[in-house]
Amino acid sequence: MKLIVNGEQRDLTDGLTVTQLLVEQKVKMPDMVSVELNGRILKRSEFESVALKEGDTVEFLYYMGGGTWN
Amino acid sequence: MELTEEQIERYSRHIILEQVGGVGQKKLLSSKVLIVGAGGLGSPAALYLAAAGIGTIGIIDGDKVDRTNLQRQIIHYTSDVGIEKVKSAENKIREINPDVTVETYHTLAMANNILGIIRNYDFVIDGTDNFPAKFLINDACYFEKKPLSHAGILTFFGQLFTILPGDTACYRCIFNAPPPAGVVPSCSQAGVLGVLAGVIGSLQATEAVKYLLGIGQLLTNTLLTYDALEMKFRSVQLSRNPQCPLCGQQPEIIELKDEEQPVCDLKNCIC
Repeated sequence: MKLIVNGEQRDLTDGLTVTQLLVEQKVKMPDMVSVELNGRILKRSEFESVALKEGDTVEFLYYMGGGTWN
Repeated sequence: MELTEEQIERYSRHIILEQVGGVGQKKLLSSKVLIVGAGGLGSPAALYLAAAGIGTIGIIDGDKVDRTNLQRQIIHYTSDVGIEKVKSAENKIREINPDVTVETYHTLAMANNILGIIRNYDFVIDGTDNFPAKFLINDACYFEKKPLSHAGILTFFGQLFTILPGDTACYRCIFNAPPPAGVVPSCSQAGVLGVLAGVIGSLQATEAVKYLLGIGQLLTNTLLTYDALEMKFRSVQLSRNPQCPLCGQQPEIIELKDEEQPVCDLKNCIC
């Protein structure tokens, strides 16, 4: 199936879940990512259950603090 | 308020802009912007807003200037090491532009003090470096209905967006709550390209000026991401989240509270 991931077209296995996509995309720290699917922010509990489909648009939005900690 | 001859000269490159003019410059001179954090993001924002003639610039920061700050926090000089960041920043702003009134708050932004400070300002710039502060500022701006420029930077990446509370997507619409403390990269693992802070902080100042002048398109409902290595900007469309715990249909957060502060456990941290 073809999807758009972070603005780039990707050809991926049918039925991939969001959790599997995070692994496939080599996201090292999934806890540091919010996922937007077709414009909707997913709950973290949906990562396991939501299967992606042809034409979906997925954005990984990363938590970004600063370069430093006080 | 009429512009003096000196002001007409100082701000001539603004005044000549059709979208600014004398009227716009007077608006800036009567505006108040609060910068939370006089660090990597807050430095360029404060310098440009001072030069632009923002009438009042407030700065909150509880830190003192450290040598490790100088690589990116360009409002602080080598000779400032050891002094309060708010004092160091105030000195530079006064040097740049005596038209600006500087209000300094040498304190950490906390639930018990931030509302009273934010209330006095027209626009807020989040230049903080940690998640509890970012969530606190987002929430405080929501409760006080103050426009906010949120930004974050890490290594070679930066991102920002502008929030008009109650009207456009807020930080919690996207990031429900701070990440678990254990997964946040420690300061020794992180790091940031100094100039990246300059790019993103300057964009935050641009948003403040545009908001105050009422011109252009604000970066609302849009996360602008910047990859300095690839030299690419991307706009990611956002929208308000009906399930947002702050501004959603059934809000869970009804009063301001401090989020847990993950603590850096490294002594003599090099961050």
